[in-house]
Amino acid sequence: MTETKVSEFPAKDSYLNKLAGSQKNLKNGQTGQVKGKYGKYGGQYVPEVLMPALEELEEGYERYKNDPEFLAELDHYLRDFAGRETPLYFARNLSKKYGSKIYLKREDLVHGGAHKLNNAIGQALLAKYMGKTRLIAETGAGQHGTATAMAGANLGFETVVYMGARDVKRQQMNAYRMELMGTEVVPVESGSKTLKDAINEAFRDWVTNIENTHYLIGSVVGPHPYPVIVRDFQSVIGREVKEQILQKEGCMPDSIIACAGGGSNAMGIFYPFIEDKDVKLIAVEAGGKALKCTEKAALHSASLCAGEEGILHGARTKVLQDKNGQILESESVSAGLDYSGVGPELAYLSEIGRVTARYATDDEALGAFHELSRHEGIIPALESSHALAYLKKASEAGELGDVVVVNLSGRGDKDLETVLSLRGGI
Amino acid sequence: MERQKISEKFSELREKKEGALICYVMAGDPSSEKTGEIVKALVNGGADIIELGFPFSDPVADGPTIQVAGQRSLAAGMDTQRYFELIKTLDVGIPLVCMTYYNPVFRYGVEKFVEKAADAGISGLIVPDIPVEEAADLKNSCEKHGLDLIFLIAPTTTEGRIQKILERGSGFLYLVSRLGVTGAREDVSSSTRELLSRVETGLPKAVGFGISTGKQAAEVRDAGADAVIVGSAFVKIIEEGKDVNERLEALAKELKSGIRRAS
Repeated sequence: MTETKVSEFPAKDSYLNKLAGSQKNLKNGQTGQVKGKYGKYGGQYVPEVLMPALEELEEGYERYKNDPEFLAELDHYLRDFAGRETPLYFARNLSKKYGSKIYLKREDLVHGGAHKLNNAIGQALLAKYMGKTRLIAETGAGQHGTATAMAGANLGFETVVYMGARDVKRQQMNAYRMELMGTEVVPVESGSKTLKDAINEAFRDWVTNIENTHYLIGSVVGPHPYPVIVRDFQSVIGREVKEQILQKEGCMPDSIIACAGGGSNAMGIFYPFIEDKDVKLIAVEAGGKALKCTEKAALHSASLCAGEEGILHGARTKVLQDKNGQILESESVSAGLDYSGVGPELAYLSEIGRVTARYATDDEALGAFHELSRHEGIIPALESSHALAYLKKASEAGELGDVVVVNLSGRGDKDLETVLSLRGGI
Repeated sequence: MERQKISEKFSELREKKEGALICYVMAGDPSSEKTGEIVKALVNGGADIIELGFPFSDPVADGPTIQVAGQRSLAAGMDTQRYFELIKTLDVGIPLVCMTYYNPVFRYGVEKFVEKAADAGISGLIVPDIPVEEAADLKNSCEKHGLDLIFLIAPTTTEGRIQKILERGSGFLYLVSRLGVTGAREDVSSSTRELLSRVETGLPKAVGFGISTGKQAAEVRDAGADAVIVGSAFVKIIEEGKDVNERLEALAKELKSGIRRAS
């Protein structure tokens, strides 16, 4: 019986078994040494009421991540709904300008305009298999909220998205998109009214409605098993890059650059390359106005570059905080990077030197935003613009080698109003 | 004034066949000076143990009432040093418990935080975002400095986890009466009764989350609780800012008379 089933699914060219493949890497001991821990980072720092839900989620994930039916369905959604695989685009004009071969991984072409759907569809499907009927999520820029709304509508969930009241104003169109897809968008008025507060509110909802609700975390952050689950669902990006670059160049890239707020697109593209030690992995954080802090807030969102070890939203990681352990508000021109923490695995990889953490300021990112639009006819998300800004800096310094891949994590349509308002309107 | 240990307080109450009233307020809300008066009012009203919250910017286990109290306290300048200084000045003989989140403890240094807490006269520590699995450092420091580490048990907690928690907890057990975050509610959940019967332990069982009236306190006591924990209802009075001390004392009296009754 089993044999028939196995031979039925198209193993070649499919995503089947690939989640399992990424787990194999984990067991080989590259990163997580103890379950849910990456060196001293990671763990589960949550109220007791949530612990059974995390255990249930872990069990559910372990059960379905190798389940042929689940993987076949995921494969279907990734291909026909999300539009995978995405191209690895040779950026001819940029390459000419910087004197190396620059490729862009076009996650901006995923349905919804960002890599976020890879994870949202994966988790929503998992939640469905686990018998949940309600999805909650939180969103800053709106990209993850939109991805959750799309997955929720498609898979028939009641969906609620928490969004800081300030972000609702900054990203009105995204809030409207979610509502169109039947998602309830709840503006969060507490605290700084941004992503961090939306996360707190989502946790509260989850604590209250744990029996039927899956909290669809949008980045490689939060308590175990979220960083693992999100990384695995996103690592489709890196697996594709590996095949594509071998086809195009016949070799591994010298460098891979990705922006990092929580770090899901970065972990997604980096993870399959972690054992390829010659490939330089560079995470670019939001340097905001400057890498400085006032008493109550950071002027940036660069937790890897300038944060301190701490515990935020369920994990031990690098956090922007004051000397009393109060979390500092972060700042970035890009709402998607505007977060006071970072994924624990990324904190670990950065600490052991496997990932290089760098930053780009708001101004540098805006420069890169315009440059890519002008030279390649692609408008990048402000998040991705940080990776592009670092590309420019490092290329000029000759640090990247001959073949460079930049993860273009999302498209910039959502940011046009922000950019326009910074230019004082046209 | 020499402060009692939590276990001493519970033995005293057990002899009198009384249930304990545990009151929570945020330290430094609205100011350190007022906290002194507030604590006095609660003691006059019959509080047996007082939990003094140390504010955290991102309190995921708390509802809006306590979150906003934390913001008021932080805005008034509360920090770790001032918190311990404030605790030292409180002239009460009943046990004081510090309730906060893990990051402020971690950032200050677990060992140092617990040592300073013990010096200041804190008897126990509640850290709602640290499950038993992650609490080894904290537990070691607490044992070294004679502080009780109080764990929470929720209606969702499985039997296996209850056993782990019972092995590591001390002082009392904090039973969360319902799913959700802190905040006053109208009815006492039936899950409270069930949870109380599921937990078999020699430690006193204190029920919290959602209790705000003497009637509810009596119901919880009847269901087998050794103590009730009330927070948001007090914090609300402080937030309203009108006749604060009188009203706190009156509410504490009402709750204490509800919990006092022998079951």
